[in-house]
Amino acid sequence: MQKIIKIIILFIFLFVIGIFYISLTRDTNYNTSNLINKETPEFKIISFDNSNSYTRDDIKKNNYTLINFWASWCAPCKIEHPILMRLSQTKNLVILGINFKDKESQAKSFLSELGNPYDLLAKDKNGKQSVRFGVYGIPESILINKDLMIIQKFVGPLSFEDYNNIIKIIE
Amino acid sequence: MKLNLFIFIIIFFSEFSFAKEKTVDPNQIHKNLRCLVCQGQSISDSNSDFAQTIKLVVEDLIDEGKTEEEIYSFMSDKYGDWIVFKPQFNIQNSLLWILPYIVLIFGGFFIFSFLKKRQ
Repeated sequence: MQKIIKIIILFIFLFVIGIFYISLTRDTNYNTSNLINKETPEFKIISFDNSNSYTRDDIKKNNYTLINFWASWCAPCKIEHPILMRLSQTKNLVILGINFKDKESQAKSFLSELGNPYDLLAKDKNGKQSVRFGVYGIPESILINKDLMIIQKFVGPLSFEDYNNIIKIIE
Repeated sequence: MKLNLFIFIIIFFSEFSFAKEKTVDPNQIHKNLRCLVCQGQSISDSNSDFAQTIKLVVEDLIDEGKTEEEIYSFMSDKYGDWIVFKPQFNIQNSLLWILPYIVLIFGGFFIFSFLKKRQ
């Protein structure tokens, strides 16, 4: 009987150590990487000038599409803007900018001041469309291929490392 | 006696009809969804921008006729299982669900055999 008790105590001890080890070594930064390698969700998003709307069919036409969620009130969006401007000069990539919960006049002055890197420009006034892409804060960018598969998801401002990563993928 | 039986049948079947018409409660869903940009708050407790957006999306999904489970599944699909306070049963978290029952069975068996031996 005492042998069984010892085995049970040892098992509980190893179990607790195991749980501690897993919890302490795992990455605690929340990310939505589970969307990578999944198909782009169905969406219908109104263009910035209200003239038309964009759907998955508009993405299908391009070899690669980078969907970038941004706003004029978002400070990190200004940090990543030069990267987007550089990406806009590359071939093989279409950038769809989604203006997130922003005032139209302020968004326009943001782009006229810093430049417009977007081939397609849309707006998500109440943020509902962004939920379809698993966005929980901006800036966020999603790289999608011709087959509508999500290849990469960038949470936070794009860095030069991300730029190089994107260039490697699309070339 | 017949009247009592009649009243019982009426109440019994009206319960069923109420059960059928039971609508999805958005507040219940908000309570079971985690605010990802807050510290340990649910969507229901939070006034953050993210929580407001999720509330709008939940409202839309209810209008589309989605059930509570389908809404949780939609949210898990977009943000991972972390967004749901009560995790859904799947292979990854099966141990989390099954382990308490295993401990209960083995614990009961252990106590039973221990007491039996003492007697």
